[in-house]
Amino acid sequence: MISRNPLVLGQKTYETITKDICSLVETFPSPAYYLGVGGAQFLLLIFLFAQGMIVWYGMGMMGVNHPVGWGTDIITFVFWIGIGHAGTLISAILFLFRQKWRTSIARSAEAMTVFAVMTAGTFPILHTGRPWLAYWLLPYPNQRGPLWVNFRSPLVWDVFAVSTYATVSAVFWYIGMVPDLATIRDRAQNKWRKRLYGIASLGWRGTARNWNHYEMVYMLLCGLSTPLVLSVHSIVSFDFAVAALPGWHATIFPPYFVAGAIFSGFAMVVTLMAIIRELVPVFKNYITLDHMEAMNKIIMTTGLMVGYAYGSEFFVAWYSGVEYEQFTFINRAFGPYAWAYWIMITCNVIIPQLFWFRYFRRNIPWMFVISIFVNIGMWFERFEITVTSLHRDFLPSNWGMWIPTLYDFGAIFGSFGLFFTLFLVYIRLMPAISIAEVKTVLNVGREGGTHGHH
Amino acid sequence: MDIIEVLLQKVRPKSKRGVAGIWLDEHKLVAAARKVRESGYTKFEAISPFPLHGIDEAMGIPMSFIPWITLIFGLFGFAFGTWFTWWASAVDWPLIIGGKPMWSLPAFVPIMFELTILFGALGSVGALLFLCGLPQVDPPVIDATLSSHRFGLFVPEDDTGFNSAQIEKLMRDLGAIEVKGAEF
Repeated sequence: MISRNPLVLGQKTYETITKDICSLVETFPSPAYYLGVGGAQFLLLIFLFAQGMIVWYGMGMMGVNHPVGWGTDIITFVFWIGIGHAGTLISAILFLFRQKWRTSIARSAEAMTVFAVMTAGTFPILHTGRPWLAYWLLPYPNQRGPLWVNFRSPLVWDVFAVSTYATVSAVFWYIGMVPDLATIRDRAQNKWRKRLYGIASLGWRGTARNWNHYEMVYMLLCGLSTPLVLSVHSIVSFDFAVAALPGWHATIFPPYFVAGAIFSGFAMVVTLMAIIRELVPVFKNYITLDHMEAMNKIIMTTGLMVGYAYGSEFFVAWYSGVEYEQFTFINRAFGPYAWAYWIMITCNVIIPQLFWFRYFRRNIPWMFVISIFVNIGMWFERFEITVTSLHRDFLPSNWGMWIPTLYDFGAIFGSFGLFFTLFLVYIRLMPAISIAEVKTVLNVGREGGTHGHH
Repeated sequence: MDIIEVLLQKVRPKSKRGVAGIWLDEHKLVAAARKVRESGYTKFEAISPFPLHGIDEAMGIPMSFIPWITLIFGLFGFAFGTWFTWWASAVDWPLIIGGKPMWSLPAFVPIMFELTILFGALGSVGALLFLCGLPQVDPPVIDATLSSHRFGLFVPEDDTGFNSAQIEKLMRDLGAIEVKGAEF
């Protein structure tokens, strides 16, 4: 029989699993944690300042202008929505495929999804220019007719896709946490702690009849999230693909966007898990090098898919015989934004090839650096799609450049402050690894198992 | 006693008295649950920190019927999405957009799809909470370790043929490390 590596290291028992995972919630964290929170809060302040100025004085604070009307807000929105997709892939799709290794990273990956979607959601709302009227995006009975939204518009599809995704991911994440919140409640010594976690746990007590329904709903939510996550980035790609603009109007966009989303999302999971492993050394027993290696393999695979899409776009431009389409792609690779194109190729296609080698797949500092490069590359991919298609279209008299301002940079870098603040607060307040689920995979790969009932 | 404690007393769910046993090993618990059921008890509960293999079969719990609720809610979401996009675009305020027909069905597919998922997911979670009787305010917990590393059985007083001495002996014979009167 082929032996499997254990999913949990260090001869843990059910009791020590509970204690280890609750330790971050129940004890004061290391100084490194506070340093991280401080850094995230600093970036968050930059974000609030930049976006506050943009709301107060208007969109002119940013680089968007004719002919490039979609800039930082749309690029960074697609970037963050894409990040979220890996979380759902780990928590839902790998669950349906019975990939037991997903168990210890699913909770934090799902949290990453929720926070990435929250961060992403701020951008299109601010991009409307009048965020106080953002509720006009929803079809509600109003005194203007009622005038309904245009259901034929991909932007309205996007409102439905992203809001459904945010709702379902948040509910899935929370329902998954209920039994663990009950564990923290039962361990609480302090009266207020017991009450607050008691409320959060909804009074869960883990009876067999409840687990029966619970497991069924967990599987149903996985089954519903799987087509949902694939639809979300497909619909995001429709924002571009439905427009008749060279560089946007491509049938390859939905799968290309979904592959890119999973690629960037897994890179972000690797970044976060590398950080968590350092902040909470005891988690190294649960998020092992085997987990990191598996994720790096997925990064490499999806990186190849993204590289294939880049090549395919060039081929189709040539094969179509449409000179506008051909010009757009030659302009991408050799025009004024060529530097951005080659950053994208280097980060997304060339650097992940290092993961062919086992050494890089299992070396934390290396994979941390590579995962950061992937995320830089994926931001530039969305930059390429959005800006270079717009800046030189059919009429040369209509050409122009997009030059970001300091406020663009504030919004981009600041959004990491929002994301990391939410994430760091989450790992301190909630069980960052699923306590209940990890116990069910404790015996995987152990010598003979403790009970030998497999 | 502070004010919150007084309020909690009013909304606490009604609990039952009975006998509880605690096990260290989940396989022994599943075997014990089977024996307790074979002894004629039906209203007893097994409490575990994670879902147990074989407990449903041992206790005679049927497969959850929530998938049917998901199906009904999902179909409702789909029907609602179809009806609403048609009604808003072709009936209530028809507008010609891009030369498309008033009821341009392919363009409405994304809305119909998303509403199917949204209603299906929220309906399933609503059904879960309803069937589990959640949320509950501060329900009695037999032992704090039952959500961490130990496994429990609870037989309520109102169960058929309840006999506390017999149950206590049965539980000890089945390997319970602790047997006590409890509230659940």
